[in-house]
Amino acid sequence: MSGTWTAVLVASVGCYLLKLAGMSVPASWVEQPWVARVVDFVPAALLAALVVVQGLTSGAEIVVDGRLAGLAVAALALALRAPFIVVLLVAGAAGAGVHLLTG
Amino acid sequence: MQPDRAETLRDAVGLGLAVGLYGVAFGAAADAAGLDVWQAVVLSAVMFTGASQFALVGVLGAGGSPLAAVGSALLLGTRNTVYGVRLVPLLRPRGRLRRAGTAHWVIDETTALSLAAPDRAMAGLAFLVGGATLYLTWNATTVVGALGAAALGGTARAALDAIVPAAFLALLWPRLGRAFPEPAVQRRVALGGAVVALALTPFVPPGVQVVAAVVAVALAGRPRRAVGP
Repeated sequence: MSGTWTAVLVASVGCYLLKLAGMSVPASWVEQPWVARVVDFVPAALLAALVVVQGLTSGAEIVVDGRLAGLAVAALALALRAPFIVVLLVAGAAGAGVHLLTG
Repeated sequence: MQPDRAETLRDAVGLGLAVGLYGVAFGAAADAAGLDVWQAVVLSAVMFTGASQFALVGVLGAGGSPLAAVGSALLLGTRNTVYGVRLVPLLRPRGRLRRAGTAHWVIDETTALSLAAPDRAMAGLAFLVGGATLYLTWNATTVVGALGAAALGGTARAALDAIVPAAFLALLWPRLGRAFPEPAVQRRVALGGAVVALALTPFVPPGVQVVAAVVAVALAGRPRRAVGP
């Protein structure tokens, strides 16, 4: 089995078990201050890391291309409270525009 | 129909449809990351928690190892555990089978719908209707996105490459605003995660910097609690 399939299956089952654990374990196990901190702040660190890795890197290199233009217009759209789908569309348009201009 | 019930149903179906449509973005992101349609479908059907799904394909797409991808998905999946704890007294699923079924739909949106419902009966209805609507829409649109993206040419693919980081930014954005608790700390955490991930990129295998950034920020955050107000 390929590494991708392994990742897909293991992560899928793991995420399900995390959900099931919440319904099965005593509440006191989960309602610890450090668990609350992790749940409150891990997503921000993880999502921000994914933004820069997806937007600025290619393998082990830092690459500036249309993706950065996409991020810039996406940030502007988000600041103007545009709906999610509009954010994605303007980012895609910026990426395509840079691709056409730079070949 | 009672007004409460009509309102609960409308909210549940509306939110389920609106969020479910973003499955298109996930299907396209999965394809851009090199996953096939079946892998995208398994993720939407079995994992069924959007941020973890995006994280998994994001790390794989960046050339990351399966282990780093699984780690990112599981880290984001931990919040569903806390949601489950909050939902048990509200939904009171009886029996092992019903609990196992209920657990599968415990995500951001169904939790929000259930907690916002006026009473326990409405919470159960909101969970069931919202969960079903979102599950069906999300899975259908995943297929559309994955198949649609597979047929794209060079310029459209450049557009897709720009859409994926923007999608992560859009997922991050609300956490930095006032609606979330401690937005100043959230911003610091996000900035820290971004800086560490970027700084590590030339030195570690792809994908590892994402998990490392989270661990680094978590460790850096610990002593701060001891510092005064």
